[in-house]
Amino acid sequence: MTKKIKSITNPKLKLEILTPAEVKQIHDATLWIIEKVGVRFPSEKALKIWLASGAEIDWDRKIVRAKGELIEKALKSCPPIYSLAARDPQQDLPLDGNHVFVGTDGCGVEVIDIENGKRRISRLQDVRDVARIADATEEVAFHWVPVSAQDRPPETRGLHEIKTIWENSSKHVQTESIYNEREARAAIEMAALIAGGKDKLRDRPVLSMMQCSAPPLAHDGGSLDAALVAAEHGIPTGFMTMAANLTTGPATLAGNLAVGNAEVIAATALLQLAYPGAPVFYAAAQTASDLRTGAYTGGGPEDFLYGAAGNVLSDFYNIPLSMGAFATGAKEPNWQAGIENSLSTFMASIVMSDMLLGIGFLHGSRIWSYAEMMMDCEIFSIIHKTMQGIVVNEDTLALDTIAAVGYGGNFLSQKHTRQHMRDLFLPQFMDRRPYNEWETKKDNAPDWALAKARKILAEHQPDPLDEKISLEMGKIIASLE
Amino acid sequence: MNEELFQKMAQSIIDGDSDMAESLAMESIAAGIDPLDAIAKGYVVGVNQVGESFSCGMAFLPELVMAGESMKLAVATLEPEMQKRGTERKMLGKVVIATVEGDIHEIGKSLVATMLGASGFQIYDLGVDVPADKIIGKALEVKADIICMSALLTTTMVRQKEVIEELDKEGLHGKIKVMVGGAPVTRDWVKSINADGYSEDAIGAVNVAKQIMGV
Repeated sequence: MTKKIKSITNPKLKLEILTPAEVKQIHDATLWIIEKVGVRFPSEKALKIWLASGAEIDWDRKIVRAKGELIEKALKSCPPIYSLAARDPQQDLPLDGNHVFVGTDGCGVEVIDIENGKRRISRLQDVRDVARIADATEEVAFHWVPVSAQDRPPETRGLHEIKTIWENSSKHVQTESIYNEREARAAIEMAALIAGGKDKLRDRPVLSMMQCSAPPLAHDGGSLDAALVAAEHGIPTGFMTMAANLTTGPATLAGNLAVGNAEVIAATALLQLAYPGAPVFYAAAQTASDLRTGAYTGGGPEDFLYGAAGNVLSDFYNIPLSMGAFATGAKEPNWQAGIENSLSTFMASIVMSDMLLGIGFLHGSRIWSYAEMMMDCEIFSIIHKTMQGIVVNEDTLALDTIAAVGYGGNFLSQKHTRQHMRDLFLPQFMDRRPYNEWETKKDNAPDWALAKARKILAEHQPDPLDEKISLEMGKIIASLE
Repeated sequence: MNEELFQKMAQSIIDGDSDMAESLAMESIAAGIDPLDAIAKGYVVGVNQVGESFSCGMAFLPELVMAGESMKLAVATLEPEMQKRGTERKMLGKVVIATVEGDIHEIGKSLVATMLGASGFQIYDLGVDVPADKIIGKALEVKADIICMSALLTTTMVRQKEVIEELDKEGLHGKIKVMVGGAPVTRDWVKSINADGYSEDAIGAVNVAKQIMGV
């Protein structure tokens, strides 16, 4: 069983995607949007908080217009650093700006069956299987709800999902599939069972919550109410914008960043106005819509640039970031999936985004693939290695060894080689075999990746969740059904 | 003389210039041109041309939407004149469209409405978060041929099923066909709820609607 979580830390690579002056321009544009155009908050609770804070409210249309000073002041109370707690404290995740953690993606609606390879509607058993496999990997640091448990009632589905993940993994759970107050309250009750009470849950949030905005410049009422409940209980909460060029945002990248930023920081400010100091994070998965179909693309150069820009903005506000990476639009684990997931993850990693979402999907976060899941883990490992850069010191310059080998010859039998050879990256899913071997077998990375997922699922035994807690969680869920 | 005006009308659609489309419509009324001619010989020619450019990859979705919206405004401007003359535009079918109850996601639904409208369907767009009885009520009121329902969440997708069950119960499903869409909607889901049509995007939705109407 692995207890080690792989994260990118102390990177040697750097990228300046936006200058400080450009970030300031985007920030000013954002404040202009919030003050002049406004953002829709269709929740009575939210509107009352805004009213009490001195914002201008259009009650009919549920639009909030707030002055820049109000937003800036509210954001000052965001804690810059905190940790996401895991059921197993060894697997806590410090969101301190010096770690990049990867989660599973969510929330999909179909699964490529791990046994028969056929695509079908997702169910609770899939949530269990993904959680168990993710629990065993070094790369997955936390869970999103990977797929929707469509065999459970809609009104408690989100609760069945998190219960199942906790039962099958000791890592942190971040749910993106609870978006009403009723379920949010129940989820917190459930999390408190693990933490040992609601007070302790504040110190050890084993649950965090992500809500999507409804771009452009709007939020969902249920999401707002759920987020407010979470913030009240010290559950780390983030708002994610998916504003996309052409459809839910302007065609230009800067304009789309401003729209997304306005959604995220206005909602973040709301949480701070209600509960100053509540742990919050910035979340973004911006992209371009396809010119022909208008579909969310989940890839392409715009996606990669957004991947890096997100952390510059969240750093400006001094809050952790959850960034949409991976999530290829490809229909199977192929060339497109490799390019999109590598570049999006690289760009989001090089700026040190705290959380990356996420591994495992095809077709723009809709179809879960166990092969893609394992290959995405490898992509992260490659980027993890790349981010370490080139270390230059006496030992790595290896002058004694170079002198010893001299001209011709090789370095294979040198002690220095033995000491350092395991620093080199050894891929699991790249074909470096002789051509003849490939020609005989004609197998490929997705075959090996799927075999690995099957093996883990068959063999891995996660730390079990206390049966009493499981039972209590079941009762909480049953009381809502 | 009229030919020149018709050409300008077509061009206004191609350019997605709704102001121009509107002012040309007014000009044509003043000149005593039959609104049905203005539509068929002017604006529709433009719509078809944008459609063809799109098919061969020369035009993109925003151009289709702008053409659709310009067309809508032109037809609305001509409407009073058509009423005065007692004429009516022949439509491909009547469509009631909405995002289901509990769901506020609008863009996909609106895109489908625009595309269907531009293709000659009469559209009744009820907006977002619309309960089943309101959708069915409107469909009965306007004698709709098709109900289109959008949902973006797996938890609201079930509302599509409820509307179909209600139509079945009332014995209306034969008369009113149902199309569904939204990111979580899959072929399997469509089959399981017994919907009549489904498309993953707005362009495809037009073809599905035409198939349903047998045109």
